[in-house]
Amino acid sequence: MSPGENQSLVPDSAPGDEQADSHGVGSAVLVYLIGLVLAIGLTATSFFVAGTDLVWAPSIPVALVVLAIAQMGVHLVFFLHITTGPDNTNNVMALAFGVLIVILLMTGSLWIMANLNHNMMPMDQLMRMQR
Amino acid sequence: MTSVPFSSDRADPNQVSRRPTGHGHAGVRTDGGPAPKRIVVGFGFWIFLLSDIIMFSAFFATYAVLVGETAGGPSGAELFDLRNAGIETACLLASSFTCGLASIAVGVRNRMWFYVAMAVTCLFGLAFLGLELKEFVSLVMRGAGPSRSAFLSAFFTLVGCHGLHVSAGILWLLTMMAQVFAKGFRADIERRILCFALFWHALDIIWVALFTVVYLMGAAR
Repeated sequence: MSPGENQSLVPDSAPGDEQADSHGVGSAVLVYLIGLVLAIGLTATSFFVAGTDLVWAPSIPVALVVLAIAQMGVHLVFFLHITTGPDNTNNVMALAFGVLIVILLMTGSLWIMANLNHNMMPMDQLMRMQR
Repeated sequence: MTSVPFSSDRADPNQVSRRPTGHGHAGVRTDGGPAPKRIVVGFGFWIFLLSDIIMFSAFFATYAVLVGETAGGPSGAELFDLRNAGIETACLLASSFTCGLASIAVGVRNRMWFYVAMAVTCLFGLAFLGLELKEFVSLVMRGAGPSRSAFLSAFFTLVGCHGLHVSAGILWLLTMMAQVFAKGFRADIERRILCFALFWHALDIIWVALFTVVYLMGAAR
């Protein structure tokens, strides 16, 4: 955000704070209700995809990961009220850093361990050599 | 040498401390001092939650690495009951929704709705814990306890850690109900409720990753 923008006078919001433009109990409940409906839809799709024969089997894990990431996004937006607004910059930056670390940790671990697994002699051969 | 006028942009490049000024014409930022305590507390708790999620990602990585190492024992496809996992997911999702309703009740200072929403949240949380405990007991009874294989050690560590978080969340929930009962919607109590709601929603996010990676992928494997 560039300095001098009019929007920069908006106060920060804490994560979980509802937006200032959602007046009244009704619209506040509606936000959670939309989030609930979307989350139920994505969860139901995940469980359906995992148990069905209709989908090409090798694509199922990818579909599940995509659905899970979408549902996490729904939770972040509708339940934790993380937005792209200027009042949320600090929260989003912290989230982005957290996501970066999570991705490094997960892919790094899986990559290194798969590589070690690939390069290691099968256990039965190793045992035979030691005998 | 001329002195450079003090610029709030320079002193606070990320605008951590900007606040509404109420007066002054648009476009001119005046230094409003530190951010309100509610925002500082919420942001600090957000950092904690992110570090908690990073801790969980280490457990997820451990699980993903060890998922095939069953040591001749049962695999996830033989052990997991998707119906049970589905009901657990529904409980946690519903409790996240009612927790949101409790936050709204705090916003409008309605004690009755706050108690009702928090009590329902608590019941859904307890139902979740009960189902998870039932699953753990049945696994151990079938000889598939955490000491059976590396896969099961990783499974119990990951799912059990989430279960411990939910247990801690329920204790916190009951504490918040008692504090509102004893002290009312004071500013400090309200900040604690904000942090609790963040914690509860974050647990639901971790559960989304958990039921996908552990149960659905385990059953599809």
